[in-house]
Amino acid sequence: MVTGATQNPTPPTKLRWGELDEDDGEDLDFLLPPKQVIGPDENGIKKVLEYKFNDEGNKVKITTTTRVRKLANARLSKQAVERRSWPKFGDAVREDVGSRLTMVSTEEILLERPRAPGSKAEEQKAAGDPLTQLGKGGAVLMVCRTCGKKGDHWTSRCPYKDLALPAESFVDKPAVPETATAAAGSGKNTYVPPGMRAGADRSGTDMRRRNDENSVRVTNLSEDTREADLHELFRPFGAVSRVYVAIDQKTGMSRGFGFVNFVNKDDAQRAINKLNGYGYDNLILRVEWATPRTN
Amino acid sequence: MRPILMKGHERPLTFLKYNRDGDLLFSCAKDHTPTVWFADNGERLGTYRGHNGAVWTCDVSRDSMRLITGSADQTVKLWNVQKGTQLYTFNFGSPARSVEFAIGDKLAVITTDPFMELTSAIHVKRIAGDSTEQTEESVLVIKGPQGRINRAVWGPLNRTIISAGEDAVIRIWDFETGKLLKESDKESGHKKTITSLTKAADGSHFLSGSLDKSAKLWDTRTLTLIKTYSTERPVNAVAMSPLLDHVVLGGGQDASAVTTTDHRAGKFEAKFYDKILQEEIGGVKGHFGPINALAFNPDGKSCSSGGEDGYVRLHHFDPDYFNIKI
Repeated sequence: MVTGATQNPTPPTKLRWGELDEDDGEDLDFLLPPKQVIGPDENGIKKVLEYKFNDEGNKVKITTTTRVRKLANARLSKQAVERRSWPKFGDAVREDVGSRLTMVSTEEILLERPRAPGSKAEEQKAAGDPLTQLGKGGAVLMVCRTCGKKGDHWTSRCPYKDLALPAESFVDKPAVPETATAAAGSGKNTYVPPGMRAGADRSGTDMRRRNDENSVRVTNLSEDTREADLHELFRPFGAVSRVYVAIDQKTGMSRGFGFVNFVNKDDAQRAINKLNGYGYDNLILRVEWATPRTN
Repeated sequence: MRPILMKGHERPLTFLKYNRDGDLLFSCAKDHTPTVWFADNGERLGTYRGHNGAVWTCDVSRDSMRLITGSADQTVKLWNVQKGTQLYTFNFGSPARSVEFAIGDKLAVITTDPFMELTSAIHVKRIAGDSTEQTEESVLVIKGPQGRINRAVWGPLNRTIISAGEDAVIRIWDFETGKLLKESDKESGHKKTITSLTKAADGSHFLSGSLDKSAKLWDTRTLTLIKTYSTERPVNAVAMSPLLDHVVLGGGQDASAVTTTDHRAGKFEAKFYDKILQEEIGGVKGHFGPINALAFNPDGKSCSSGGEDGYVRLHHFDPDYFNIKI
């Protein structure tokens, strides 16, 4: 682009140097300072300072600030350059400059590298044995309110925080797909399906199926046993993802059996060992694996 | 990188194609008007008006003078790229699903859908240099595959035609005789509809994407399966980088997963895979709907994706893209 640097500043009135007075030395206003280019700095910002005479004959300083950003090395072939100057056709003929058909995204989009699979899986395994976690030297005894695990994580960082609080909300049988329940999202803004929740293992079996393998059947329950009672009873053994008590719709009484789903198999095994034969509310409980002999 | 968003189409995108020089990008959508854009800054150059149905496919000649488009209005039209005028219309009995110019641009392969009594077919038409001499007659018509043929491309040196479609089988036909030369193996091949096919820059291998959530890389001559790339989503579009050994898959969402979507928008992504190691390199998010079309600029430094949301997103890669290591 042609700049003002090459033009000869012609003063409005033709002065001949011989006619200048001595003290008109400062009046050499017809000479303009040279153009200055402050080159692209690290952000690619380039400033060009130009001096010109505007229409009224006043000296004006024009500062052009441009951001030089290399989009792509456009090494266009000759035909491509010709194509650049083709006239618009079709619907583009009537296009005004402000049509905003094409715009640069306001967000910076990155090529996101996939997360290392270990990071999620380890969270699960570490949560497996809460009692040993307690022994970890000197740590503050954190109790997570959601899953009841001690010493592992804070409530806000609970990997199971999106699961429905089992006691109050879940009345459905575990086998029913979870898409229906609104209760799951009761404490949150949105419904997050189990497959997408934090702590969900999406490789192969999803969380629900794994939990179903850790399903414990409890029989010989007293009439007024409810989910909350089972949850309270089984909670010391580990994180309980779901409880269900079969309730007779007509009488509102428990039909004597229920299911408890643990997150971890070992917790379920310990619960079975401890609670089988346990006296609870005037009846002796029978606790066993729900599906026959899961290994 | 900051993608350039182009919202010229009112309806979902169906196909994207760069011209050979890489300075023009042609987009086809269900809104009847294919559009051409400048590939560097996304500025719209023009639109081709004339079709009465969704435009499924397009191809541009090597000199970027002619555009051929196939549409659901049962016609395939030839256009002057520069002026936007129609040069010729081929009429068929059913929607045209895929078109491609042959090497040399003297022939074009066109596939048509099954429609009423007609079965799906592959047509080869001669393209005259002077469009006033253009005739309707077919050089070759191949019938045979069941179901829709979603894509048919020319093999090396125009000797063969490779077709793929709803029956999940890739077939190689001889152009001279119209006979079936090879079929892809049923066990190792795709299990569901093949939605897209793209050739490597040198034509020695090609990539097919299918609704069975995988894409497969095949050798062109022998039709042996070389690589498989698996994703969690049905694959609607595939593209191969001409510069690096990368493969990009773009997809949609299984109908069953609709209720489980993230409520945040803009999360449909195009996934990049290493071509040789079959591992995922990364994903580029941003589309508001399933991605239906992907294309790489022949210089390999930018790519574009078109989605169900009607947007075309043009990405010029950052310098670190070229340095990605697994």
